[in-house]
Amino acid sequence: MLRTLGILALICAAAFGLHLVLDSIDAYWARIANLCGISILLAVSLNVINGLCGQFSLGHAGFMAIGAYVSAFFTTTLRYFDDAAGQYVTVLPLLDQSWGFVPALLLGGFAAAAAGLVIGIPTLRLRGDYLAIATLGFGEIVTIMITNFSKVGGANGLSGIPAYSNGFWIFTFAGICVLFTLHLQRSTFGRALIAIRENELAAEVMGIRTARIKIAAFVYGAFFAGIAGGLLGHFLQTISPATFGFMKSIEVIVMLVLGGLGSLTGAIIGAVTLTVLPELLRDVETSTGMPGIRMVVYSLVLILLMLFRPQGIFGQRELSLRLLRSLLPGRRKEGAPSAPAAFTAQQSVEAKTFFARAPQTLPPQNEGKK
Amino acid sequence: MTALLETRDLAMRFGGLTAVEKFCCSIEKGELFGLIGPNGAGKTTVFNMLTGVYKPSEGEIVLDGTPTTGLAPADISARGVSRTFQNIRLFDELSVLENVMAGAHQHAKINLLDALLRTGRYRREEESQREQAMRLLDFVGLGDRAGLPARALAYGHRRKLEIARALATQPRLLCLDEPGAGMNHAEKLELSALIRRIRDELGITILLIEHDMKLVMGLCERIQVLDHGQTICCGAPAEVQCNDAVIEAYLGAGESGRKKTADH
Repeated sequence: MLRTLGILALICAAAFGLHLVLDSIDAYWARIANLCGISILLAVSLNVINGLCGQFSLGHAGFMAIGAYVSAFFTTTLRYFDDAAGQYVTVLPLLDQSWGFVPALLLGGFAAAAAGLVIGIPTLRLRGDYLAIATLGFGEIVTIMITNFSKVGGANGLSGIPAYSNGFWIFTFAGICVLFTLHLQRSTFGRALIAIRENELAAEVMGIRTARIKIAAFVYGAFFAGIAGGLLGHFLQTISPATFGFMKSIEVIVMLVLGGLGSLTGAIIGAVTLTVLPELLRDVETSTGMPGIRMVVYSLVLILLMLFRPQGIFGQRELSLRLLRSLLPGRRKEGAPSAPAAFTAQQSVEAKTFFARAPQTLPPQNEGKK
Repeated sequence: MTALLETRDLAMRFGGLTAVEKFCCSIEKGELFGLIGPNGAGKTTVFNMLTGVYKPSEGEIVLDGTPTTGLAPADISARGVSRTFQNIRLFDELSVLENVMAGAHQHAKINLLDALLRTGRYRREEESQREQAMRLLDFVGLGDRAGLPARALAYGHRRKLEIARALATQPRLLCLDEPGAGMNHAEKLELSALIRRIRDELGITILLIEHDMKLVMGLCERIQVLDHGQTICCGAPAEVQCNDAVIEAYLGAGESGRKKTADH
């Protein structure tokens, strides 16, 4: 517990550092970096539903939309334009502070989580393609409802959202999401999720309440998707139903598939790659003088990856120091073939991934105590 | 009577097909009970009804005095019935140790928040789950393979892992569905010893489906024989062995008495 709080403090500090760095660099790249953070939140949260639990959901953009609209609704209605002062004035004084929008953000997250609960209960009976279609329908329902809801701008969207999102908030929440998901994945709940994915009947017979666990996965994923939506809304300052269309859900799924469905590190790397790649490819357009070639190359990269590595960059593995070590050419002989047999249970369970290494930089007295 | 499991007139129909009919059995606490019969006799269907995978079309299942008919598999598991599968169903991408720990999931006394924040309660729970799982792996003889992914195990070891995982649910009744299938003679001897140890050392009642007659006859105290969904005989191994109906079910009708045993 103490250790977790310590890591959370570290995440905040790191996000703050990153925020300062992003402030000083080119605004264009800073913007892309921030969008990367939001993509990480989306991909990691969807990975819990699609990757770990094996429930193919196409409704992630729907959860995002709920989070974005609920949080933006609160922050926009809680302020008004003061003609005398010539600027926006907030009803609640705390909204003047940069942390003031966190309650609105959390509210958006909880609203999305509630939607996850509502969609999770009936769709639980569905599997595979059927679940995909039902969640796809859910995403469409959300955007259509928003389109017809004039209070939040209808099809025109909601504009004038205060720009509360910044590198600090985006990466703080992305960090929290990654840390919690790592903890989840390695706990008894994570094993239950994977058990359901691997063999649902056996999981059920072994006493795992599959219905409950699947709903929990939906709620957890939806919560962080809602947070990501809220952050995006306060980052773009304008949102419309079209922002959260079907293609947005597909985009997040492509991130997962690219990184390796079921791998946390894969989700992160897939999110960053697919956010940065289209931007890098802009240079291809200017150098070849062929506008639009960017998306052709982008698609080609995806097709080639699926042809040669259908399981994604990482498969279901995690990027860990041990994996890197086994890939080193010199160590291969003693490392790779004999390694599995040589691992004791203790080692394998305590084997720290790339991300779990960070906590080890904490003073050793925290280690294993609390 | 100290029957742990009693079934009364259990029947399972799939549309017009009757897989099992009028299945009655009574398994005593601490008994090693065998269920045999030719292929398609309905043995696995009985297991599926007992563990909640199928809801019986008719009849009643009573576990230690309380009815469990028609309960969900997880509820039946919570009441102390666990099983292995004829076609092994492991969690392939989890490690051997994690497979067993997943079997103990229902006994975890933590909530999601404990896991996310890694509270002291979470750490203690995780530690005890791991210790318990290691003990079970040592018990079935897989202790040295705990860190391997389950999919990397050899066939015989996969069967043992399924047993260890079933034991992790802390069952009172363990149903083993053809645990010896595909094993060689030495492996079967080892398996037979393991099953006996589960009963003797852990005090778990065992219901065994098995095709290997030597294994069943040597291990079980009572045997019930199914054929075409009907119980044709129930009794001690020696009685079952020379029962005419059993011989006929296995070897076909003909000059009855030509073969003395169903052992082949």
